Amino acid sequence: MNKLRFATAWLGGCSGCHMSFLDLDEKLIDLAEKIELVYSPIADVKEFPEGVDVTLVEGAVANLDNLRLAQEIRARSRLVVSFGDCAVTGNVPSLRNKLGVDDLLTAVYHEGPGRHPTGGDAIMPRLLPKVLPLHQVIKVDAFLPGCPPDAERIWIAVSALLAGEPVVLEPSMRTFG
Amino acid sequence: MSVVTLTINDELVSAQEGETLLAVLHERGIDMPTLCHLEGLSERGGCRLCMVELEGSSRLQAACVTQVQEDMIVHTHSERLVKYRKMILELLFAERNHICAVCVMNGNCELQWEAAKIGMDHVRYEYLNPDLAMDASHERYVLDHNRCILCTRCVRVCDEIEGAHVWDVMGRGANSRVIIDLNQAWGTSQSCTSCGKCVQVCPTGALFDKGATVAEMEKQHNFLRWILDGREKNVWSYGK
Repeated sequence: MNKLRFATAWLGGCSGCHMSFLDLDEKLIDLAEKIELVYSPIADVKEFPEGVDVTLVEGAVANLDNLRLAQEIRARSRLVVSFGDCAVTGNVPSLRNKLGVDDLLTAVYHEGPGRHPTGGDAIMPRLLPKVLPLHQVIKVDAFLPGCPPDAERIWIAVSALLAGEPVVLEPSMRTFG
Repeated sequence: MSVVTLTINDELVSAQEGETLLAVLHERGIDMPTLCHLEGLSERGGCRLCMVELEGSSRLQAACVTQVQEDMIVHTHSERLVKYRKMILELLFAERNHICAVCVMNGNCELQWEAAKIGMDHVRYEYLNPDLAMDASHERYVLDHNRCILCTRCVRVCDEIEGAHVWDVMGRGANSRVIIDLNQAWGTSQSCTSCGKCVQVCPTGALFDKGATVAEMEKQHNFLRWILDGREKNVWSYGK
């Protein structure tokens, strides 16, 4: 049997969704038999590869790096899944949206404690004017809400994706938060 | 009291004249999503989630403010209705800052649950991300406009049950805000009795007990029944 080419990516989020993914525990062994993990923050791959079957994307689109990676993921993946509330709604990172980017950086760095960093774009990817949910930037094929989605939700969704079926979650499995 | 006969989802149903359609739907065990409705308070017809189709009318009607009528033919879950309900919920989420993950009502919120029930797994509209204030000037309670859906349960419970009428709504459309007295800080209100009824009936995290943190807030509605049974029937069953 051909193994599914599987990827996970981490945009503007806390990595909690990936931690929850690791909570699959012994199911990870079953999963490893069915997939080849071709890109992930928990695997040391630098470039997002071509010809990926399924990509779970954690995190909102907050800066130019996130935006570029999101577009690359879309171009190179057959199915893209918004993985967790940040990707689905913007969630906590989007709390900054009520402030302009300049005001935000001033409040956090210039007016905050300690020495403020210099160098700008060379060091830090430019922030987008607003933090966006993934589906406002690229087409998304399935949504997996939760902050983080617990391992059971992840397993139901991933099992459906592996079987080539649509992701259908029970109401109690699709709450935000 | 006379009885009327109507058809709900292709089934003949009898009901008491004067009953609201929503009451009859609830009696029949039909799951209707609601947010502004709360048993014990007057109906407002504001959230529009309980909209139904009435044959012979092109307009959708809110079941909570529609009285049953003889020969009425009602549909409660047509494709069009479910589509509109989902849109309404998405618009509510897009209009203010409902960040469930960091909300005091996470896990107990009526808005969060209605969205999950109807299958709203993302919001298709652009989020407005308005810059909204919180009012923590009251000794015991906090008002957070970020989570308010303008259901006006607080306004009604304060006026109809407590009799203080502290709350009102100011402004129009997306700029509407619930206000205290003459739009002043809650802690400076002279009419507020600090009874907390508004906090208990609020369906979201817009009103909560000071000191509650993420997912800690739970609300109780049964006090409404106790008070109304006492008032209307002279039956006092507090705590049962």
